[in-house]
Amino acid sequence: MSACRFALAAGVLLAAACATEQNSASTASPHLGKAMTDVELAFWDSAILIDGSNLPAGSGSSAQGKVVYQQKCAACHGATGTETDTRLTPLVGGRGSLATAQPVRTLGSYWPYSTIVFDYIRRAMPYNAPKTLSNDEVYALTAYLLQANGIIGEAAVMDRTTLPAVQMPNRNGFVMASENVK
Amino acid sequence: MSQADASAEPEAVAGNGLLHRRLFLTRGLTLAGAMGVAGHAHAQVAPPKHPEWMMRQGTGLSGYGQPSKFEDGVKRIMGQPNPLTPTLGSTRTPLEKLTGMITPNGLHFERHHSSVPDINPDAHSLLIHGLVRQPQKWDMSALMRYPMTSVIRFIECSGNSGAAKRAVPQTSVGQIHGLLSCSEWTGVKLSHLLDETGLADGASWIIAEGAEASSMVRSIPLKTALDDVIVALYQNGERIRPEQGYPMRLLVPGCEGSVNVKWVHRIKVVNGPGHSRDETGQYTDLLPDGRALQYTLILGPKSLIIHPSVGMKMSQPGFYEISGLAWSGHGAVRRVEVTADGGKSWADAELTEPVLSKCLTRFRMPWSWNGGPATLASRATDDRGNVQPTHAVAIANYGEVGAYHYNGIQPWAVAQTGEVANVRM
Repeated sequence: MSACRFALAAGVLLAAACATEQNSASTASPHLGKAMTDVELAFWDSAILIDGSNLPAGSGSSAQGKVVYQQKCAACHGATGTETDTRLTPLVGGRGSLATAQPVRTLGSYWPYSTIVFDYIRRAMPYNAPKTLSNDEVYALTAYLLQANGIIGEAAVMDRTTLPAVQMPNRNGFVMASENVK
Repeated sequence: MSQADASAEPEAVAGNGLLHRRLFLTRGLTLAGAMGVAGHAHAQVAPPKHPEWMMRQGTGLSGYGQPSKFEDGVKRIMGQPNPLTPTLGSTRTPLEKLTGMITPNGLHFERHHSSVPDINPDAHSLLIHGLVRQPQKWDMSALMRYPMTSVIRFIECSGNSGAAKRAVPQTSVGQIHGLLSCSEWTGVKLSHLLDETGLADGASWIIAEGAEASSMVRSIPLKTALDDVIVALYQNGERIRPEQGYPMRLLVPGCEGSVNVKWVHRIKVVNGPGHSRDETGQYTDLLPDGRALQYTLILGPKSLIIHPSVGMKMSQPGFYEISGLAWSGHGAVRRVEVTADGGKSWADAELTEPVLSKCLTRFRMPWSWNGGPATLASRATDDRGNVQPTHAVAIANYGEVGAYHYNGIQPWAVAQTGEVANVRM
């Protein structure tokens, strides 16, 4: 089994070479996992990947998102998302500030992928009622925040196709800290 | 005590009174005379008598033991949550009130990205899907039947010590550096479960998700996941406390706290890191040129002198034991050097066994304080040869504006009054 693991660790799946090892492993392994249904898989596969491949159906515009924002977000994040007096990270602004002594790291100035916005809102927001927004509302809020940061135009509609295509200003701003990743 | 009369004294190994680390092992019995014991009381002393607890019965049995009421002040150091998000925030381990290498479960630091969920273990499962041959889920009763492993490992929030990076706070060592704890963790090796699901072509990272309100997700290299990651079910022998991830958390030894995903319920095997909000917007190191380091997962070598430390007061000149903690996310601590003269001379401290990989290690150093000014500091080296950096080098490594991954040397200044303060060295 250890040789098999080594092959896996190297990122190479040697299916044939491991088959014998896996057979021997199976006798020593409880194998108590249950298969997941397609419905379960679809429901739980919720953390959105940067290629947008598991984005759900639905769509929203910045105009629609502004309405949702005022109803469900502004109480904490402020009327415009630029506010700093809430002790929450501002949502809007900061473009061009990253290389200064006072960087403002917002989703617009800092986050490298547009899909992160959708992903985070959908699973974590609003703070007092997470996972209650419809997919249309999440797309609309994403559109509103991208538009407020000057990344997309007011007419743009975000959906599973258009959102991953949005290029974020800091797309190339991150470097893997390779010595700290093994 | 001056260096001049050292011939009659224990061996000095570095400036300003540092003594050989084996002092007690080799010369323990002769020390009392050489160093002088606290003087006999000359004042009027009441005649001895039995204390009241020796003369009547105390309390009886209890279902879950608690600390003495005289230890009531030993509590986690509370943060100040934003009123908008009252359950989000952190508490810190009161390092200055503890010793040894193990953190009591109720004093393990907390860092919650939303709140502590009240999970019914009978309704909790662990799902593994994505680039696997057979997506599977395990309920608690199934996981409990797997072979388990136990390890003693530290967990440190990557934001630990951030206050010491930006400023020179005069708060307690726990307040500054207490996003750090160490426990024995017992659970199922993740590699065991991934063996059973099998892996598909292209699998190179995993994304783990917690079952709290904000569904924290963090990415971990598959190589790490197959190496020493544990789905931990027990902490110091009992089931993991709710605030530490009940009924299960990931233990990712040596890696920044937030990847040790609490309340873990889902792992997706993927072909690259997820770049989630908490590994882009947070937990990244913004450098002066505007670029940011990402996935700074393995925590570098670090140490702290805890006794004495900022805010304490040394009562009088004479013998003290300097003690503290050292650790590294890369492996075991190989040596801890201590200085008492602000870095002019260093000597090796005694490492208290066991010295384990990716685990807190207690170090101890005998010191004869002469009553004059002294600047104490410690410097850890791990078994990969990584040396704890100076403040300047630590800032150069991870930028100045962020609060993450700071592992610079922490000096304390002892004044002639005996008061201990935080300083830069």
